[in-house]
Amino acid sequence: MEKLMTLEELEQIANERRAAKEKSPRALNVCVAAGCLSLHSDAIKSALEKEVQRTGANCRVAGTGCLGLCSQGPLVSGEPDGCLLKNVAESDAAEIVARLDSAMPERLLCSREQPFFQRQTVIVLENSGRIDPEKIDEYIAADGYQALVHALTEMTPAQIVQEVSRSGLRGRGGAGYPTGLKWGTVAKTIGTTKYVICNADEGDPGAFMDRSVLESDPHRVLEGMIIAGYAVGASQGYIYVRAEYPLAIKRLQTAIREARRLGFLGSQICSAKFSFDVEIRIGGGAFVCGEETALIASIEGRRGTPRPRPPFPSQSGLWELPTLINNVESFANVPTILRRGSEWYASLGTKKSKGTKVFALCGKVRNVGLIEVPMGTPLRQIIFEIGGGVPEGHRFKAVQTGGPSGGCIPEQFLDLPVDYESLKEVGSIMGSGGMIVMDDSACMVNVARYFMEFCMSESCGKCIPCRAGTAQMFELLTRMTSGTATPHDLELLEDLCDMVSNTSLCGLGQSAPNPVLSTLRYFREEYTEHIVDKHCRAGVCECSKLAEVSA
Amino acid sequence: MSKPTLATVWLDGCSGCHMSILDMDERLVELSEQFDLVYSPLVDCKEFPEQVDITLIEGSVSSDEDDRKIRAVRARTRILVSLGDCAVTGNVPAMRNSIPVPELLDWVYKGNGLLQEQVPADRLPSLLPRVRPIHEVVNVDVFVPGCPPSADTIFTVISELLAGRVPDVAALSRFGV
Amino acid sequence: MNPVPAVKTLVIDGTDVSASSDQTILDAAQENGISIPTLCHLDGLTEVGACRMCLVELKGSTKLQPACVTLVEEGMEVTTQTPRLQKYRRMVLELLFAERNHVCSVCVANNMCGLQDQAKSHGVTHVRFPYRSPALPVDVSHERFALDHNRCILCTRCVRVCNEIEGAHTWDLLGRGVNSLLISDLHEPWGESDTCTSCGKCVQVCPTGALFDKSKVGGKERKNPDFLSYLNDMREGLR
Repeated sequence: MEKLMTLEELEQIANERRAAKEKSPRALNVCVAAGCLSLHSDAIKSALEKEVQRTGANCRVAGTGCLGLCSQGPLVSGEPDGCLLKNVAESDAAEIVARLDSAMPERLLCSREQPFFQRQTVIVLENSGRIDPEKIDEYIAADGYQALVHALTEMTPAQIVQEVSRSGLRGRGGAGYPTGLKWGTVAKTIGTTKYVICNADEGDPGAFMDRSVLESDPHRVLEGMIIAGYAVGASQGYIYVRAEYPLAIKRLQTAIREARRLGFLGSQICSAKFSFDVEIRIGGGAFVCGEETALIASIEGRRGTPRPRPPFPSQSGLWELPTLINNVESFANVPTILRRGSEWYASLGTKKSKGTKVFALCGKVRNVGLIEVPMGTPLRQIIFEIGGGVPEGHRFKAVQTGGPSGGCIPEQFLDLPVDYESLKEVGSIMGSGGMIVMDDSACMVNVARYFMEFCMSESCGKCIPCRAGTAQMFELLTRMTSGTATPHDLELLEDLCDMVSNTSLCGLGQSAPNPVLSTLRYFREEYTEHIVDKHCRAGVCECSKLAEVSA
Repeated sequence: MSKPTLATVWLDGCSGCHMSILDMDERLVELSEQFDLVYSPLVDCKEFPEQVDITLIEGSVSSDEDDRKIRAVRARTRILVSLGDCAVTGNVPAMRNSIPVPELLDWVYKGNGLLQEQVPADRLPSLLPRVRPIHEVVNVDVFVPGCPPSADTIFTVISELLAGRVPDVAALSRFGV
Repeated sequence: MNPVPAVKTLVIDGTDVSASSDQTILDAAQENGISIPTLCHLDGLTEVGACRMCLVELKGSTKLQPACVTLVEEGMEVTTQTPRLQKYRRMVLELLFAERNHVCSVCVANNMCGLQDQAKSHGVTHVRFPYRSPALPVDVSHERFALDHNRCILCTRCVRVCNEIEGAHTWDLLGRGVNSLLISDLHEPWGESDTCTSCGKCVQVCPTGALFDKSKVGGKERKNPDFLSYLNDMREGLR
């Protein structure tokens, strides 16, 4: 096929796909993203396929990406009526296929009318669970690559940067740096060779947003990257994915191959004087490689450790050349921004935080899963309406956002609108979107210790405050949970928090004390109880057991 | 008014710090007129007095006996001085800290071609799992690092304390030397 | 390609100084006799900005900057000695002493050690943090030199001098965080290294007693890393 893609040709592919669907409108889409796959949804898919073949029913069976409500998986969605089936087992296949024309069994039905689905606004996740992530035609039929073709044929790079700037999109990796400003800086930096990097080294405990996007809608990320490449003048892109995401890697490989086949990657894309290709780089399991300078070192084949900034990657990045580095979700927003306009995008969200944000809702909440809400949605709505609240018998205690760099937000701030600024004000951060709900069975000292252990074992060891400081903080927190700490240890811990956050080389160390600082801010009495009374009110720490024995 | 009282205590150390005290030589005569030495390996006194103004500790906390002793000394002392690296850092005695105690005892007392292989009997003080510097166990008021601190350093520290001043130890001494 | 460096004027600890735009704050301070403490820095090696001893305060910024990698700027106002900086530097030293087994009294570098010197000049008379006391090996397999991990502060001066000056790249780091370990080649005994030229540069640049010359055990010979600036000047054609 001639690799000269125009909007018309794109439309043709989309129409062919749509026509095929119309011809056989009935379909069962089995979620084959990580959550449901871990419950063997692939076996359910083949059971359904076999059953369809056996009965000769006129129904397609396909795999799709994440449907969001992971706690009720494996999930299967039906076409064209859009019904959703929960907790599906292999043994349900016969019944499901037999009742394609009648009502599905009650026990399997999962209402789409519930707040979990109704209260979301999806941009990044708009195709998740709706298209087959391994078929480029499906993405195109869902208006995919329109933004790219439009950008390449009708916009100048400067116009694209302007459009992204106007949208108000900020980096979804955590820090919230204005994306348009970053693109503009790389675009203006002089140099003939530039790079675009997609940071998919998602590593926060409890976070699976990027994983899900890559598994469910990989072309969206690719499209965002190609547009970025055109906007900043780069011809090579890298996606840095952690090795722990084999399915995401596989889907990306398929997507890249398909995109090359249709000419969205390669030379003279859409007849424009623009060539761009993407390669995957697989991370070796170091959390610190999510830090941009460490990630770049890793791509270069060196030890993945950060270096002091400046110079920032936009000036001197990969192989000391200007480099644009954005997170998966940031890139995934771009096609929709160009397709629907920056004005529309900027109408979502709050004054300083625009658009939507994907959160991985997990922990002590009924509806564990992946959600997307407009910036500024109150925490209460996310946790209690969409999340369905804390399971019965327990009381909400705190919500942890931002992973090991973030903090624990207590009940009194539940009405806080979630955006970059407000989360920072209460001592946490937006982070990449992990949201761990905790109830009264959680001990906040133990939570702080858990995150400190994470930071200690993920510290690269380059700078002393992070390397030795996190180890000392972990030791002090262990003394607290084990009932051997003194009030002096708390002083030392606070001193270290201050020192490590102010003197560490990179973000990992600078933010490592945050879980301690935020729990000290809101749950200081729990620390005192552990140190003075040797008591853990949640009853999870060793110190309580010691107290019982001696009493 | 009676003279201030001074004590010195020897925990797990080589006695080098006490030797360094003696190295003050003739200055000892001048200095000893300013205080009463009420307890020390250098004098014959079995019981640590109820109240002591200044106590110098040599050595680290390595056994259960050291632990008991240092807590009692602390309770009866106004100004507690960690004298020398063993007291301040754990130093040489703490080099065993990465080895579990049973393994360590077996290593030392068994399998070295000894005629009578046996780990010392129960009535001896038993080793703590880790050797600790004094300030990890009780509060310390003055730290005098050095292995050993020089006689000049010790002379200045004692003189300053007797004069009611806090000595600037950092200017006098360092770890190791 | 490189633009001609411009001259910048700035203030360090109240003193007006001038420096060229390609100089760091540390360069400018040293030229003007203002002392900023360092551990991982060594004239003649690339900077890593890792030890954080040289952090300084810049007027108008709450963020501390490492003097060794921060380039001078026009009108910069740098403060190198404040109670806050001194507190942090003391803590860096305490963290190092508590991290491994630095038993100065039995160390070959006793009284000739960069870490010990810094502790003295920063008034560190004791370490408040619990000693970690890790079990670490000593590699004496090399004919002339030895490596005692107990004394290593992971400053990577040896890694850099071996890679950048000698061109052998025998040294590198294994693992991460507190478990980082200096290794030769692919974690083989130093004495069996195929790449080591036995030049001894790493021993000379090591600020502690981690790398030492076996013939100097208990000796009083101070390490001498001054050859570095000489070699670099030769390379630049200045000597």
